Amino acid sequence: MNRYWAQRIGFAVLTLSAIAVVVPILVVIGIILVQGASVVSWEFISCMPHEGMKAGGIFPAIVGTLLLTLGTALAAIPVGVAGTVYLSEYARDTWMTRAIRLAIVNLAGIPSIVYGLFGLGIFVLFLHMGTSILAGVLTLAIMTLPVIISTSEEALRAVPTEFRTVSASLGGTRWQGIRYIVLPQALPGIITGIILGLLRAAGETAPILFTVAAFYLPRLPRSPLDQVMALPYHLYVISTQVPGMPLDVQYGTALVLLILVLSMNIAATVLRSFFRRRRQW
Amino acid sequence: MSQNWALSLYNILPGLRKRIAGSSGTAGRSWSEAVIESTIRVLGFSTIGFVLLIFIFLLREGLPMLWEVSPGNLFGTRWYPTFDSFGTLPLILGSAYVTVAAIIIALPLGVATAVFVREAAPGWAREVLKPLIEVLAGIPSVVLGFFGMHVLAPLVRNTLNAPTGLTAFTGAVLLAYMSLPTIISVAEDALDSVPKSYRDAALAMGATRWQTIWRVVVPAAGSGIAMAVMLGMGRAIGETMAVMMVTGNAARMPLSLGSLFMPVRTMTATVAAEMGEVASGSVHYHVLFGIGIILFILTFIINIVAASAIFKKRRKGGLR
Repeated sequence: MNRYWAQRIGFAVLTLSAIAVVVPILVVIGIILVQGASVVSWEFISCMPHEGMKAGGIFPAIVGTLLLTLGTALAAIPVGVAGTVYLSEYARDTWMTRAIRLAIVNLAGIPSIVYGLFGLGIFVLFLHMGTSILAGVLTLAIMTLPVIISTSEEALRAVPTEFRTVSASLGGTRWQGIRYIVLPQALPGIITGIILGLLRAAGETAPILFTVAAFYLPRLPRSPLDQVMALPYHLYVISTQVPGMPLDVQYGTALVLLILVLSMNIAATVLRSFFRRRRQW
Repeated sequence: MSQNWALSLYNILPGLRKRIAGSSGTAGRSWSEAVIESTIRVLGFSTIGFVLLIFIFLLREGLPMLWEVSPGNLFGTRWYPTFDSFGTLPLILGSAYVTVAAIIIALPLGVATAVFVREAAPGWAREVLKPLIEVLAGIPSVVLGFFGMHVLAPLVRNTLNAPTGLTAFTGAVLLAYMSLPTIISVAEDALDSVPKSYRDAALAMGATRWQTIWRVVVPAAGSGIAMAVMLGMGRAIGETMAVMMVTGNAARMPLSLGSLFMPVRTMTATVAAEMGEVASGSVHYHVLFGIGIILFILTFIINIVAASAIFKKRRKGGLR
């Protein structure tokens, strides 16, 4: 066989593989979009469910997911950003620093259901928070940390060393250099990392199975110690646990969740490419 | 990095100078900064604390199973918790079976796609592929599980004429796609770190682009691709919701190739499905946490191995 033919065949195989990866993604999104679009209306996203969730809307689940995401942001951002600043600006290459990096890699790799077990063990039972928003938020926050840290660290490292040097040469302390030069310059990257982390928190089901999620609770939570419905868990419940659930309601719920997560995804991508292009250094 | 950094530095300097000049006396500043810096330090170390805390709490709730359930029972082949049969073997094998099947599907697809993106794709194709793969990484696993239940499983059932579409194979296909983003991005990094001189040398010897890719670049990236596979496996073995929704959850030993088209039950699905219904402190509860310990240790080993290889490379200066 001619080697140029081999090249053609090889490249064709590569192209086909890429197509085989991409097409199913579009199919998944397309099918959910087409099947769910007919149900999703203002009423669907703004009303309480009734008749055992078979009618009405999914408002409390949407609110629940937004609350959980917001709470996760409050808990995870300070720790995540501080951890990032420490790793990229303060830490020297010691065994302790390497241990922190190993810990982050491991946190990123721990299965989500194990986070659920951990949250149940420590927050729900040991600290007596019960199944509550608070317990779920803390569980999700720890799960989100590695994503925030690894993405923002890249952003901080991308800020040229000269910026720090010049800040120091003007009499700025190390903290001033970080606060007024490094952090503002790295901000878009940090925000991207935060969005990517929160996106994961918003879509996860396993960690909230035993820590927050209410099967059916057609009212809004009153305190952080209340249970709450959440979109991913709600989708799981209505597609597997409730017999006779109308299919279009299931698709509608899937579509709302998908739109929520994809819009965060797109926001992160756009933000990143926008600032990458605008960056002067 | 362009030459313009000096310019932009010039732009932000006046603000900085004003701030430094305007900040309160040196003594007050150094004191508050000491507080800030030590807070940052403590929070930096907190990640280690979290990993330890997770392990400690898993052990605390899971270890009692060792004296509550006899080893013969615990590693037996029957999982019927209501009859005090806590054989975890079918669950462990179930996870392994689905994971291996998923990797067999995902490895060629993932590596070929990574090679395509890095070496062969025209610019526009890369611009389309990369964000789409990120979208795939972001799709929640329940949504994929839901899709698997309603679209993929009926498809599998009809093509195979099987009694059910909820099989190990259905789960493996979903898992393959869920681990693809990981495999592709790690494999891309590996291809990226192959020195340009390798490619130049091969091309100078008269090799075609394909020969260069296939015989030089991919083998040189071999260890990185192995890493990609490991991390993909780590991702697949821990996946919960999608697997639970499409594999049928029958706790039977998957021992033959034919088991691929039968229901199977994984460790993650077992914990997710049963934890909600057990009394805390019961034997069943402890065994479910025990399964959590197994999952933790498995992913811990995978990540330690992968991370140490990445760190080694970074220190050698190979990875960018």
